[in-house]
Amino acid sequence: MRNEKTTEEVAHAIRARVFEHTIRNNGGYLSQACSAAEQLAFLYNEALNLGPSTMPMVPPPFSGVPSAGNPDYVTGAGYNGPFDAVHDRLFIAPAHYALVAYACLIEVGRMAPEGLEMFNKDGSSVEMIGAEHSPGMEVHNGTLGIGLSTAAGLAFGRKRLGHSGRVCVFMSDGEVQEGQTWEAVQAAAHHGIDNLWAIMDVNRQQCDGAMDDVMTVGDIATKFRDFGAVVAECDAHDLAAMRAASATPHPGRPLIVLAHSRPTQGMESLMSRFPRLHYVRFKSEEERARMNHDIAAELGVPPVTLEAH
Amino acid sequence: MEMVNRPYAAAFEAYATQHPEVLCLSADLTSSCEIDGFRDRHPDQFLSLGMAEQNMLSFAGGLGLAGFRPFLHSFGVFLYRRPYDQLMASIAYPRRKVRLMGFLPGVTTPGGMTHQAIEDISVMRTIPNMTVLEAGDATEVESIVAEADTVDGPVYCRILRGAVPRLFTEPLKIGRMRVLSEGDDVLVVTAGITTEEAIRARGALARAGVSVRHLHLNTLKPFDAAQIVDHAASVRHGVITLENHLVAGGIGSMVAEALAEAGLPRRLIRLGLQDTYAHGGSRPYLMQHYGMDALSLVHAVERLTGQATDIDEAALGAVRIDAVHSLVKAEAL
Repeated sequence: MRNEKTTEEVAHAIRARVFEHTIRNNGGYLSQACSAAEQLAFLYNEALNLGPSTMPMVPPPFSGVPSAGNPDYVTGAGYNGPFDAVHDRLFIAPAHYALVAYACLIEVGRMAPEGLEMFNKDGSSVEMIGAEHSPGMEVHNGTLGIGLSTAAGLAFGRKRLGHSGRVCVFMSDGEVQEGQTWEAVQAAAHHGIDNLWAIMDVNRQQCDGAMDDVMTVGDIATKFRDFGAVVAECDAHDLAAMRAASATPHPGRPLIVLAHSRPTQGMESLMSRFPRLHYVRFKSEEERARMNHDIAAELGVPPVTLEAH
Repeated sequence: MEMVNRPYAAAFEAYATQHPEVLCLSADLTSSCEIDGFRDRHPDQFLSLGMAEQNMLSFAGGLGLAGFRPFLHSFGVFLYRRPYDQLMASIAYPRRKVRLMGFLPGVTTPGGMTHQAIEDISVMRTIPNMTVLEAGDATEVESIVAEADTVDGPVYCRILRGAVPRLFTEPLKIGRMRVLSEGDDVLVVTAGITTEEAIRARGALARAGVSVRHLHLNTLKPFDAAQIVDHAASVRHGVITLENHLVAGGIGSMVAEALAEAGLPRRLIRLGLQDTYAHGGSRPYLMQHYGMDALSLVHAVERLTGQATDIDEAALGAVRIDAVHSLVKAEAL
């Protein structure tokens, strides 16, 4: 399924929508929209072979956790299309990118804009940290590092079943601090799991601030290669480069695309908060109003009209 | 008593080769978990994941998502201590049909603290969606493979390896406890290797005039509290649980909860590890040292009934002693 918008348009609309949501709610994962907008737009709009959504445009409310007594339980994976042999599957490994992922679902026509109004509301499936039952999610990845392992297992199984569809993981660079990421890469390489690929948002930021201050990770491209992956690198805001990187052949090995991003791309005004970018909550009404004005001007959209209070 | 050599090895191979959706996963303890023959004869159904249990558990969750039913083989401790987060998020929450085959439960290993799964039941039974089984003899080891694979969700099994006695003829059925004797003085509840200890004690206790009601559990979750309460109500002096596990969180706790919720006033003595780690040593030594053997059970019966039995070690059945480095084990650990 292809969207009628260009990937550039989708990426811009993701930033604008997350900006609007963050200003309106006085907080949000805004920097992740800056760094990852092109990556998610690229995945949904052109890179992945996804069928049409099997889920309602307006997400159903939370309908319970998986249990023997809840036979009708479904995950949010249907927003990415049907599970069949030919289509790709996508895991959003850093579940705190959910707001950006939901905005992407809206921009590619898989979810109604009203869906985002349910974000982080009690009783809603559109959770702040994406859960299995949240739109576009298939597994719990709220603890970082488990996404790639799960995808490797799914990809191994799909290969065994003869599926042509591949398994893709959207990852964040903070995950390389987790030992499990390296266990996953070595296992995928050892077992020749080459229907698996990942695109990693290398924004060099994490919850406490800049990664180099929190825990130095060194040359992750070399590390991934040493653990057996094929690595391609690109500028995360250059779609032509992203297309080329993701087309890198990787027979017998998983592919990791390192998309080097800027955590304030398209919203340079956010640099005034650097390095506190993980979750943007405005410190004052003055800062909120200033960001509303300045970022709107950068994005070329009108400032968000805030209700008087 | 008939001893069966490596019952798991034969049972798993017979079952898995008939079920192509079953995959055999190992974390570098292949011969120690008796699947080396399977690996050699059925390499296409065997998956080596190395010493990387965090990845193995999430990977197994992914295999489950693809429709496979992976059997994970390792020592019990390695299936939940380090990869607890992965167990929760990748297996238990989404109810993947992953079969966790935990070898060397409790003090059945001389490997000491790092190798002894002494809190696995307490951990596993508190996890929503999890089923917990424990094999107590060769027949249960043989039948646990197919029975575990009927579970619509994840299941953790305590597995015995090497030379295992055959105590029962009927296969293990989930939810069906075994009533081994129907006395009316004391109720004794055991599982796994402690059942053999209680059988040793029972003969001597009968000769001393104590009538024991003995239940053997193989299904620890779901736990049949109603049946436990019924049996407890039919004895005069009280209940003794004897488990190869910490008394906190395991069978002793389950029985206590059942009695309390039913409002049944019965004294309860919980035998097992009493808020302590064990250390490395032979199984008979550890069971004696930590009060988990037949004589410890006799002493507990005396406390409940208030009457000495004069039973000593010589009056009990012979202790079965396996050499740590015996031919039936591939290696000590």
